[in-house]
Amino acid sequence: MKLFNAKIIANHPINARYWHMILDASMLDEHVAPGQFFHLQCGDAQQNPLRRPLSVFHYHQASATLEFLYLVKGIGTQQMTQRRPGDYMNLIGPLGRGFTLPEQGALLLIARGVGVATLHALAREARAQNKTVYVLLSARTANDLLTAGALEEIGAVVHTVTDQEGTSDLEQVRPLLEQLIHAEKIGALYSCGSRRLSKLAQDLAEKYHLKGELAIEAHMACGIGDCYACACTIRSQGQLKTARVCSDGPVFPIEQVVIQ
Amino acid sequence: MSDLSVSIGKLMLKNPIMPASGTFGAELTPLLDINRLGALVPKSVTVSARDGNPSPRVCETSASMINSIGIQSKGIDDYVTRLLPEYRKFSPPLIASISGETIQEYETLAARLDAQPDVAALELNISCPNLRTNGQAFGMSAEATAQLVRTVRAVTDKTVIVKLTPNVTRIQDIAQAAEHAGADALTVANTFLAMAIDSETRKPRIGNLMGGLSGAAVKPLVVRLIYQVHQATRLPIIGSGGVMNGQDAIEMILAGASAVQVGTATFLQPNAMTTIIDDIDDYLNRHQIEHLTDLIGQVDLS
Repeated sequence: MKLFNAKIIANHPINARYWHMILDASMLDEHVAPGQFFHLQCGDAQQNPLRRPLSVFHYHQASATLEFLYLVKGIGTQQMTQRRPGDYMNLIGPLGRGFTLPEQGALLLIARGVGVATLHALAREARAQNKTVYVLLSARTANDLLTAGALEEIGAVVHTVTDQEGTSDLEQVRPLLEQLIHAEKIGALYSCGSRRLSKLAQDLAEKYHLKGELAIEAHMACGIGDCYACACTIRSQGQLKTARVCSDGPVFPIEQVVIQ
Repeated sequence: MSDLSVSIGKLMLKNPIMPASGTFGAELTPLLDINRLGALVPKSVTVSARDGNPSPRVCETSASMINSIGIQSKGIDDYVTRLLPEYRKFSPPLIASISGETIQEYETLAARLDAQPDVAALELNISCPNLRTNGQAFGMSAEATAQLVRTVRAVTDKTVIVKLTPNVTRIQDIAQAAEHAGADALTVANTFLAMAIDSETRKPRIGNLMGGLSGAAVKPLVVRLIYQVHQATRLPIIGSGGVMNGQDAIEMILAGASAVQVGTATFLQPNAMTTIIDDIDDYLNRHQIEHLTDLIGQVDLS
């Protein structure tokens, strides 16, 4: 973990709601695991004192580039869209615990909304290790199905469902996932971005005795484990405990997460 | 190099900068030279473990933030057996912030920590706005403050710092009550009870409805409180609220503070405290002031 400035190489919209930022991360001298995040100062820090935690979309070590796919949601991400190539972003990271790959079997990634940014990094890592990757991508509209093409390019098998087409409800998604689990030697389930789908992933992991991990989001202040702003409840050894999303997570074993 | 040292009760600090409780931990080690700080203040400890408040626990507001963490604490046993030994690797004196639901709990904590050589001083957090409905706290009553401070005073010879709440009609009354009851110093002040609503969803932006406001926006309010307390008591004051840079710290010192706590600024920049120490040093050199203490309360009213 370090505090550093990174030059913006590119920053442009993907669609009406999502932007993509590429940073020069040559300052970074440690490994970035999928699921880890950076804590970014988005704009006018005096007016907007809190950093925003963004999970890594892609870290390319050879070219020393760090990419974020971000949903323009509030003032912080709005300010990020104003930043131009050549400007510097101030970051702390990499932070938190990332995903772990299964020793055997394929990965089944269940993503919705901006959760795909987090799982995209995992898909790349798994493909780099020659593991088979299946992705269920859920979104409001076909236009919001982010990175489906990029995932296919790296050799992931992508299934898309949308609210618009009426294919994204649990009654249809569940059998699709169960069919994949039965047919494809799935070794582990991963989910991010939707409470509903995370709950489904949790049920399936329990039912089929699969390893699983969930990445969760929270409002944060310090981002490094000091302030307890991002606390969540987890279930560990039969007991409910408080954990910090920033430093104990943001990736948790699927059976530990208490989905509200 | 000017002399930045200040004294707070029996404590001699090499400089006036320390973290505000709840914003600091050993996790900052890779990002901040902790040994340069004047003192260290870990998060408030309670007698038993506490889980804290529902999320969201923080939200951003203009030049400020609201928090309602609700004192997530692992309890005094963990503090004594794990946290204090962990802090031995740092050289600045440790000020233990303590919080309780009853006066007896403060007494228990103070007695327990009095026996700990690693604890240099106690800060009585009698002002957390996030423990009871509507931000009620001991520090809102002069009588309760006096009784609490007297009780703690009876069980410890260590420096006792009382952290006041700004959510009162006349802070001078509470400050004087703490002084007469035997406090050695005052922290002015804890966060301001605040609330924010998301206009789109109509939901409160803090899970616990209300929380404490901190950050640059509150600094003028805190400078005023420091000035009022400095006029009303002889106790050294630790200013706390909205300090972002050295100039802000000097402003509090001119209003009457002997030392300054930094909280929200650490969330902006984890190394804010050491930058502030450098800023203060620059200021003293620029104004050819040999001792920082020469500035305390020196607002020019002529």
